Amino acid sequence: MGRLKPNSFAYYRPNSVASALQCLATQPDAKILAGGQSLVPAMNFRLSRPACLIDINGIEALAHVEVCADKVVLGALVHHQQIHEHPSIRQHFPVLAEAAGEIGHLAIRNRGTLGGSLVHADPASELPAAMVALRAVMEVAGVDGTRRIPAAEFFVGWMTTALDTGEMLVSVHVPLSSSSVYGFAEFARRPGDFAYVGAFVERAANESGAVTWFGVSDKPEYRPMSALPRDAAARQAEWQQLAAKLEVLDEPRMRRKLAVVLAERAYQKVEEAKIG
Amino acid sequence: MATVLGQRLRRKEDPRLITGKGQYTDDVQLPGLVYASILRSPHAHARILRVDASLAREMDGVLAVYTGEDLEGKLGTIPTAWLPPDSDIRTVPHSALAVHRVRYVGDGVALVVASSRSIAEDALDVISVDYEVLPGTADQEIAMKPDAAQLHEDAPGNVAFHWQVGHAPDDVFAHAEVTVRQRIRQQRLIPNPMEPRSAVAQYNESTGDMTIWATSQNPHIHRFLLSGILGIPEHKVRIVAIDVGGGFGAKIACYPDEALVAFAARELGRPVKWTESRREHFLVTTHGRDHIEDIELAGNRDGTLVGIRVKVLANMGAYLSTAAPGVPTILFALILPGPYTIPYAAADVYGVFTNSTPTDAYRGAGRPEATYLLERMVDLFAREIGMDPVEVRRKNLIPRHQFPYHNAMGLEYDSGNYHLALDKALEMAGYEEFRREQSRLREEGKLVGIGCTTYVEICGLGPSQVAGAVGFQGGLWESSQVRVHPTGKVTVFTGSSPHGQGEETTFAQIVADRLHIPMADVEIVHGDTDRISMGWGTYGSRSTPVGGSALAVATERVVEKAKKIAAHMLEIGESDVEFDEGRFHAKGAPGRSVSFQDVTLQAYLAWNLPAGVEPALEGRAFYDPVNFTYSFGTHLALVEVDKDTGEVELKRYIAVDDCGRVLNPLIAEGQVHGGIVQGVGQALYEGAIYDEDGQLMTGTFMDYAMPKARFFPTFETAFTETPSPHNPLGVKGIGETGTIASTPTVVNAVMDALQPFGVRDIPMPLTPERVWGAMQKGGMEA
Repeated sequence: MGRLKPNSFAYYRPNSVASALQCLATQPDAKILAGGQSLVPAMNFRLSRPACLIDINGIEALAHVEVCADKVVLGALVHHQQIHEHPSIRQHFPVLAEAAGEIGHLAIRNRGTLGGSLVHADPASELPAAMVALRAVMEVAGVDGTRRIPAAEFFVGWMTTALDTGEMLVSVHVPLSSSSVYGFAEFARRPGDFAYVGAFVERAANESGAVTWFGVSDKPEYRPMSALPRDAAARQAEWQQLAAKLEVLDEPRMRRKLAVVLAERAYQKVEEAKIG
Repeated sequence: MATVLGQRLRRKEDPRLITGKGQYTDDVQLPGLVYASILRSPHAHARILRVDASLAREMDGVLAVYTGEDLEGKLGTIPTAWLPPDSDIRTVPHSALAVHRVRYVGDGVALVVASSRSIAEDALDVISVDYEVLPGTADQEIAMKPDAAQLHEDAPGNVAFHWQVGHAPDDVFAHAEVTVRQRIRQQRLIPNPMEPRSAVAQYNESTGDMTIWATSQNPHIHRFLLSGILGIPEHKVRIVAIDVGGGFGAKIACYPDEALVAFAARELGRPVKWTESRREHFLVTTHGRDHIEDIELAGNRDGTLVGIRVKVLANMGAYLSTAAPGVPTILFALILPGPYTIPYAAADVYGVFTNSTPTDAYRGAGRPEATYLLERMVDLFAREIGMDPVEVRRKNLIPRHQFPYHNAMGLEYDSGNYHLALDKALEMAGYEEFRREQSRLREEGKLVGIGCTTYVEICGLGPSQVAGAVGFQGGLWESSQVRVHPTGKVTVFTGSSPHGQGEETTFAQIVADRLHIPMADVEIVHGDTDRISMGWGTYGSRSTPVGGSALAVATERVVEKAKKIAAHMLEIGESDVEFDEGRFHAKGAPGRSVSFQDVTLQAYLAWNLPAGVEPALEGRAFYDPVNFTYSFGTHLALVEVDKDTGEVELKRYIAVDDCGRVLNPLIAEGQVHGGIVQGVGQALYEGAIYDEDGQLMTGTFMDYAMPKARFFPTFETAFTETPSPHNPLGVKGIGETGTIASTPTVVNAVMDALQPFGVRDIPMPLTPERVWGAMQKGGMEA
């Protein structure tokens, strides 16, 4: 006692998704607590004042990493550091493992969860953009059952997702691709800070590709490219053209320039990955 | 026994501190303790029309709510304790809680005391305050405009003081071959010690004793000031600050908060604790720097510097904090000529009230501001005349044979060998080779730069007579008491108040060396006004040169008395006694001896003491230095700027410092390392930003970028040792040198890297955005 900074709140710790959903349906103004790396500071600042916290850390079913024939399924409670270190993720999605390693600091990565980061939907964070770039699908549960939402449709705006009231994210399905190679680069004012601008670049087998930027606008920005030029000048022109059309939130000159720089740096990683 | 002075000894205090066994203020637990929270103004400037705390008062667990009006007649105002002479300083009233008007975001409006911290925080939410928002600004230049809103009735034009010093007439600049002019903005910084501020107060109604545990760098100054504010006689006030988790100047000042906690404890008859949140810390703990400087530096084409003058608008914030007026005046202007033989120097300083957090000392306090502008100007001058900036420095550094040297402001630099430190740094860096490498890398399109600073710092504050002459409302001597116990163990009571500097170790080294006893036999007591007779505290790189010297003198007094007793025990004349390896023995007869412990025991038994010698064994000294000490050195930085992102990478950092005799190289290096990081923080990362309404936009660690260890290369440090001639240890001070030297060093390096773009200056911090923007403006693509 004597040290609490948030408002007082009710606290539940369900051990199944079903009971978590029931809590969510019956408790007014409830929030789900996973890693608490964004929610708890916001509560301590009293910027967020939920009446009820539903702590899902007791739901073991959400903490799994499962490799299937055509995809890898990541539970919502998988921690960033697990993503960073997990052998299967390193093998199948090295770019995801790399990006997860750029999140905050070790203490944050040990507690912060995939689900938490995705539903928080900070436009400058790595994992939402990674999921868009990897064309992942979100599995969302509500009292009426589950539904699947493609990542590109999940992030709808600044810290806003397609989750409906009473729904929770339970897992993320990341499709395996044998043909695409990815690269990742980001720029932060200081290491460990939220990215100022970041980019994922994909080269597909048929010379097509895509770039996914984050930190530039209110959500991850996915741009397919029918042809990803091998020629440096042509590629530069392509980045510039795509970046010019971005609806940049603030400091547009610097951010557009960085979008081009980081797309190219991510592309260079693609090239290195291919050689490697 | 090999002397422990000069040894790389690990800090005695660290096992306690790093295993969580420290005794910080917030650790204090007392029966019946209750908790205070302070409602703070959300507006930079507003009239308080009405405060309705009725809902808060009715809450379960709330003991009391006080507003500014409730304090009137019961609690004095918060004083200013540095009044620069020959200035028109206006010491405006500063109430512990605002009465009728708030003047910055964070100004206290109401105090809640409750049975728990969370109830107190909840109660703040239901206090309703009607404000009439007034125009205001956090910018000193805007605040000085004729139509600006006025903060204080007694300070027309928002001028807190106007102060001038030195002599640098127009004809010096007219006759000089070259004059470089530049406006420099010393951005506002927010000191962030790991431990936030905290206070716990307990009042004993039956005895009238008030005990205040507080995060203080100078408990006796707090006792002196709080005694006056509270109206409790000084001998009835005890201040305790055992472990303090860093201060950097921000824990010198006497704040409203400690007074409020003490006031509430007395009113309620319950002990009261208040600990600021980090958010509160950003808003109300004093900030540092914040100057707008217009500078002229004159010299000739052969590289000789002839004059410097500066006009400064120093942002004082909404009120004058305890030591604040001394920072942009005495501590800044007197060192303006730096380590150079510049014959003419002058400063014209305005202290300005604005709707912002009060500023006060921040690591270096005035001296970093002076060093930054001088070192940036020397680089601009070097560029103007086409000379290597290192050569300009070499040409103007005060030669060794001219010490003691009187600078153009009248300070007497005690000793120095500036060229030695410069040469050593250049050698460590491989300067010549680097310049060749730089040309090669530039051809490859890489942006690399080297920056140099040669500096001198006023340390060892200071002679009390001078303190008085420059308007400091206190002394600057230091006390020390060395109590030797019957078994030969020693307790030292020092008026220095270390809060991270490691004096529990270095001070024990001083005593162990002089008494030939193990370090473990010496306990250093600090930070308690009931245990220590008097002290002026720790700041201004004074603990070792002043507090350490006091300790050396007090220890010598112990040895003198012990020798008398030993002579009597050995039945020889006092002049025939030698003290060596922990034993007193007869000259020429080492076998005839008594141990230090034999003597201490006899001193206390007092069965057979020499005539005229009193029992017990204590040494005491009140040491007032005859002069300041002047540490100096050369720092060099090597940076690479990322052409595409504007990111600055610090690749190498070389620091050669001379703080006189080094008592513990490990601790001295630690001070240098921390100082460099803090100074580079200013150069590259940190900066407080207020919006045009006076809202602090950088009020969390998310928005205010503190440097972290991983941003830095391994520092290459070395010392030269030019002892101070006027204190018994030959020491000078090392606590602030890194902060003073590293800011201009890194900025000079970045500007050197950006030379191909013709960039002259970028305001700090040199963020990637600013560097990139400057490259775009500079136009020329490298």
